[in-house]
Amino acid sequence: MTETRKPALRATAIDKFFAGAIALDQVDLTLYPGEVHALLGENGAGKSTLIKCITGAYHRDGGTIELDGSPIDPRGPVESQALGIGTVYQEVNLLENMTVADNLFLGWQPMRAGMVDRRRMNRRAAEILAGYGLHIDPSLLLSSYSIAIQQVVAIARAVELSGKVLILDEPTASLDREEIDLLFSVVRELTARGMAVVFITHFLDQVFEISDRATVLRNGRVVGTRKLADVTQGDIVELMLGRHLEATKRKSQQTEPGDAILSLKDFGKRGMIDPFDLDLRQGEVVGLAGLLGSGRTETCKVIFGVVSADRGSAQLRGTPVRLSSPRTALEHRLGLCPEDRKTDGIVGDLSVRENIILSLQARQGWTRPLSRSRINAIVDEYVKALDIRLASPDMPIRLLSGGNQQKALLARWLATEPDILILDEPTRGIDVGAHAEIIQLIERLCAQGMALIVASSEMEELVAYSTRVIVLRDRRQVRELQGDEITTDRIVKSISQGESAA
Amino acid sequence: MIGATFRRITPQLIILGIVLLLNFLVFPGFFSIEFQNGRLFGNLIDVLNRGAPVALLSIGMTLVIATKGIDLSVGAVMAIAGAVAASVVTGGGGWFTALIAALAAGLLCGLWNGVLVAFLRVQPIVATLVLMVAGRGVAQLITEGKIMTFLNEGLIFLGAGTILGLPTPIIIWLAMGTLVTFVVRRTALGMLIEAIGINETASRLAGINSRVLLLAVYLISGVCAATAGVIVAADIKGADANNAGLWMELDAILAVVIGGNSLLGGRFSIVASLLGALIIQSVNSVILLSGMPPEFNLVIKALIIIVILVIQSPTVKHALYLLRASAGSAVPEAHAVGPRNSPAKETRS
Repeated sequence: MTETRKPALRATAIDKFFAGAIALDQVDLTLYPGEVHALLGENGAGKSTLIKCITGAYHRDGGTIELDGSPIDPRGPVESQALGIGTVYQEVNLLENMTVADNLFLGWQPMRAGMVDRRRMNRRAAEILAGYGLHIDPSLLLSSYSIAIQQVVAIARAVELSGKVLILDEPTASLDREEIDLLFSVVRELTARGMAVVFITHFLDQVFEISDRATVLRNGRVVGTRKLADVTQGDIVELMLGRHLEATKRKSQQTEPGDAILSLKDFGKRGMIDPFDLDLRQGEVVGLAGLLGSGRTETCKVIFGVVSADRGSAQLRGTPVRLSSPRTALEHRLGLCPEDRKTDGIVGDLSVRENIILSLQARQGWTRPLSRSRINAIVDEYVKALDIRLASPDMPIRLLSGGNQQKALLARWLATEPDILILDEPTRGIDVGAHAEIIQLIERLCAQGMALIVASSEMEELVAYSTRVIVLRDRRQVRELQGDEITTDRIVKSISQGESAA
Repeated sequence: MIGATFRRITPQLIILGIVLLLNFLVFPGFFSIEFQNGRLFGNLIDVLNRGAPVALLSIGMTLVIATKGIDLSVGAVMAIAGAVAASVVTGGGGWFTALIAALAAGLLCGLWNGVLVAFLRVQPIVATLVLMVAGRGVAQLITEGKIMTFLNEGLIFLGAGTILGLPTPIIIWLAMGTLVTFVVRRTALGMLIEAIGINETASRLAGINSRVLLLAVYLISGVCAATAGVIVAADIKGADANNAGLWMELDAILAVVIGGNSLLGGRFSIVASLLGALIIQSVNSVILLSGMPPEFNLVIKALIIIVILVIQSPTVKHALYLLRASAGSAVPEAHAVGPRNSPAKETRS
């Protein structure tokens, strides 16, 4: 039915090369007016590259783009915006310190006698936003509104400026459920007006909720375009990975945990995390569950000494220790993969090789450099063991995809041969394939006798690998689940009931 | 390894070559070197000799900038070190004592900067501005407000003597450059400095002791500045608290920038900074040799520097890359600039 209509945008045989590598290989994408078209693929499959080629942010090396039947050749995002293709990114690209109206009208403010006509601007802004079901005061600073509302303002701006095709690049990554609903109602409103929307995300549920069709990319090629009404999530995942992903299920009996390694008593930091007790044994995975801001990340940070605890005591194998900084934690053979990979994890301009050996070298001290052969051996070992995909270990780590960056960070800590590994959201923002590999790795490490603390917002994941799950709420531990108690149901209940379950 | 280093410094080598050629054009005798009275003479030797202070400063400045910092105090530290050395020899001390005292003063200045930056978390530009202003005052206190002259042969030798026919300052900056390069590249210091310059939070979380490293780079910078200060004082046989090293911190920063090191920190090359220092000195030499009225000096220097920086700008670099790529016949590169309607299917293998 849609196919009989004229496409809003048709990209044909797009090619893009990067220094010797093929990023896009004869990629076709057709968008019809009034449809939400999901663009899917693992990290590094070419989704963002395709978008950048369409908006002109990258110069494509081959292929044609037609908008409403006539060929276009935008030289950059500004030009493609003027042609009718608007883009909204995950991180809102607006100016937080200006008002909502300013942001909407930046560059095309209504003028009167050479001055910005603020009254008319605010009135128009209110009208436009009301069209999205948003009744807010546009004369307030953008930063006074939630990320979701900022997203909608960004969309409104893109729609006002462009109006034919809207590209949403992971718009829901940092939104909660209600905010996602708000966003989706806006998207539905836009498609009803006849816009074509491209939706890029990692969340398959959301894809099925809002999209009409999906194009799946793998290694720079289109592996299929499907009408979502005709397929299941499993079909799409199969297309993305080219293999079946076995459903993660909880193993019936895990290895018996060994001796206690780390024992924290009345450990806490004022304003961050209430005092808690924790006994960590060899060969167990302690899962930390809870909502955003419940104290998951804070628990990880305070144990690793990122923020040093102001009360309580820590014992490592029975010996009292002070975990006052990451450096001392490293010396005591602890490791932490932080939540925010970009700002707290990778050192972007250093090579993958240097990033992997960084912590080991830091522990050895600068006067005792690792030998070249030792470095190569370590890097080769972990690149192979963790299947880190890279052109060369000498390339800057920032060029790797999210999943591969995460694996390199895991390699950094594994190279230090830690006894205790703390992982904060180890699978956030990475593709399905790497996701499964990291979960397998956690199980393998645990079986080898390492003790792990894993904070995650994905409950199925926690259920799959945790020996115990500690549920946090309002910066306190409210419940500990063990054995058969560990189910998503019980975790959700504990989170919502809070202390009554304790 | 050697190949990578060479590729890294190629732009600086080319620019230095061009500026030296300019020297030759305005003064045909530029490249002639003579051996007289046991010493090499010639304009080229002068460039290497006169460039010593900025070269020395640029060594320490490179490391400081690699950590995303900046050291504005080096000029003032030069004045302090010169004053300390002069006061030691005028007080009857030997040249070696004077040198050690001056270096100790440099270390102390570096310690002050380093503590402010690494432990009290003052922004580097503000922290070192304090010593930039106060340092000259300290130097004046030491010299009691006048130019403190001396006749100590040993000390003068450091600025005006020769070793194996080469002026001592050349030997000193070459030695210091080699030593520091060797230390940072043969140990893990260089990589760790780059790591904290690129992402300090991540580096700290990876277990790197960023405070100690930050302190270390300011200490090294202090020692380099003190050495430069001693050379300048020895050269004029006196410590001039008001003028020694005046504005030289800016030349040092410029040398680092011409050396292609980013002011945002991260990857660094000391060799490239040293070439940057030589380029600046060669530019000074062109202006001097061309016989231009001295009032033109600063303007012409600025123009030449702007040209150098434009040549190194990412935009121009990219344009040059495209030019090279279109000249070459490699398929992927040709694609980068080739006509977009080229039959992609046929050219791909």
